[in-house]
Amino acid sequence: MTHSTQEWNDVPGAVLSARDIRVTLSGKLILDGVDLDVAPGEFVGLIGANGAGKTTLLRSLLGVLKPTSGTVERPRRDARTGGVGYLPQKVALDVDAPLRARDVVALGLDGGRPGIPLHRRATRKRVDETLDAVNALSFAEQRIGEMSGGQQQRVLLAHALISDPALLLLDEPLANLDPASAYDIVTLLDRLRRTHRVAIVITAHDMNLLLPVMDRIVYLAGGRAVTGSPEAVVRSDVLTRLYGRPIRVIRAEGRVMVIADDAGIPDEVHHELPAEVAGASGSSGLSGSSGGGL
Amino acid sequence: MGSDVAVASGGFLASPTVQTALILGGFVAAVTGIVGVFTVVRGQSFAGHALADLGSVGGAGAFLVSINQVWGFVGAGIIAALLMELIGVQRLKGRDVTTGVVLSLGMGVTALFLYWDTTIGSSSNAAVSVLFGSLFVVNPAVIGPVIGLSIASLVLIVAAYRWLLMSSLDTDLATARGVPVRLTGIMFLIALALAVELSSLTIGAILSTALLIGPAATALLLTRRFGLAALLSAAIAVATTWVGVWVSYESYNWGGPTNWPVSFCIVALIFLTYLAVRIGAHIHSRRLKPATEASAAPAVAKDAGRHVAEVMG
Ligand SMILES: Nc1ncnc2c1ncn2[C@@H]1O[C@H](COP(=O)(O)OP(=O)(O)O)[C@@H](O)[C@H]1O
Ligand SMILES: [Mg+2]
Repeated sequence: MTHSTQEWNDVPGAVLSARDIRVTLSGKLILDGVDLDVAPGEFVGLIGANGAGKTTLLRSLLGVLKPTSGTVERPRRDARTGGVGYLPQKVALDVDAPLRARDVVALGLDGGRPGIPLHRRATRKRVDETLDAVNALSFAEQRIGEMSGGQQQRVLLAHALISDPALLLLDEPLANLDPASAYDIVTLLDRLRRTHRVAIVITAHDMNLLLPVMDRIVYLAGGRAVTGSPEAVVRSDVLTRLYGRPIRVIRAEGRVMVIADDAGIPDEVHHELPAEVAGASGSSGLSGSSGGGL
Repeated sequence: MGSDVAVASGGFLASPTVQTALILGGFVAAVTGIVGVFTVVRGQSFAGHALADLGSVGGAGAFLVSINQVWGFVGAGIIAALLMELIGVQRLKGRDVTTGVVLSLGMGVTALFLYWDTTIGSSSNAAVSVLFGSLFVVNPAVIGPVIGLSIASLVLIVAAYRWLLMSSLDTDLATARGVPVRLTGIMFLIALALAVELSSLTIGAILSTALLIGPAATALLLTRRFGLAALLSAAIAVATTWVGVWVSYESYNWGGPTNWPVSFCIVALIFLTYLAVRIGAHIHSRRLKPATEASAAPAVAKDAGRHVAEVMG
């Protein structure tokens, strides 16, 4: 795991480059000059309280929301790469909508083209493989509208993955997932960025699973983004300031837990430990989830 | 409703009136059935109903200026569709409210035109024809235009097929995939307007929503595949229309105080088909439950139930 503590800005050959993004929605300034560069294969966590503008930033990076000012350079979709894969926070689909998981995933390949799709066997195989990769093959025939939130998220992730994107923008992909599924997804993402150099920007409230794999964290507050290493950001004082309520970071036995501090954690547990402990390899992200998210 | 017309003798299929009704009704039903599935999935049933009501302004107005109803319906429907797009019905927050307000205005103007039709003009049939259809009295000269417009609607739907699926999944995802979301919306509204106005011509403005939604809702109970749902819906719409025409035709010979109007027969059959399928699906899922629940996880049991339902369909 590379925890580069500098050189994030103006990465030459960055796959994503956002400059001075400003977004005003209904007269309200949501983003006030955000810069972000992401290198191929980089795993970036985007955090911030509810309404901080995480979804707004991801939509600006994706290009579906035009920033009031600022520029974004993002990978294009062409013969070699699927461009940007996006996972929305939620989709609102009728339970009756006859879109099965496999239809949704196939649309990730050719949904932009006109006409009726006629899929060859190779395409169907690819759809199955992608569903399998996110552990969704068992409900491939189910309608997306009648799936649980976690099942939907896995199918939508497969939709984003199937076109071999160079960049993944994932809006709370772990919300609604049971701990085992969440762990599997994080492992899959970590593998993808290593083997395929896919850059990943992911929002999440529960950081415990992501800590072992994140290269750095971007946190949003007051419309501005601050970037730091997980060691620098995932600290009780920083997170407490960011979320505006007590948050405790516990490091013990090589693991890190982030918990909202209502539970009355014994004081002796929460002493400063060396920064390297954060995200140390070998720490099972799964263990952290027992502490509950933010 | 054609009750004042001699549908007459010579056997069902030999009657030119019946032939016209079967051809027109069949084309319109097939297209409306297919468009209906997309309408349900996009949650635009209400927009479909509004287009029928706004189109009826044109249908009623056509009598005033003595042009064929089909042009009145379709002209007003397309204008209404474009206006709805212009004021952003598909994006508006309270789109149901806006649609509802515009719809009421449409019905008001239709009432006015129908009143003028009977007072100024001499079309005493106008109201019945516009509101309840005219499958048995339609001028055979419109067969060509009706078939042409049906095909136009179908072409729009086929061209935008994947775009429609993508936009109904999520507009951000669709936009990111390069789908022209706004164009897709316009293409669909026009296809919807065409289908609904042609249905207004055949079974009437008031009943056209039944043809749009009924077969689609039935098909969606029977399959989880989108393409299959569209085909099934078209098949159900055509079958109910044809059987409806036959029942209405036969009812002339039943010697009751009156015959059964064709629009009523079609709508009743659509409803009965839906009811039967609904009950069938319900019984099936009930019968299936105890067998699988013990052995499998809930999600799997549900899935298995769907499989059986699909095989049944
Ligand atoms: N279309 C919109 N119009 C006006 N305000 C919006 C719109 N979308 C989001 N907002 C506001 O922007 C802020 C940031 O929202 P969002 O990006 O969804 O936050 P997050 O994802 O961090 O929870 C919130 O205060 C939200 O109310
Ligand atoms: Mg959000």
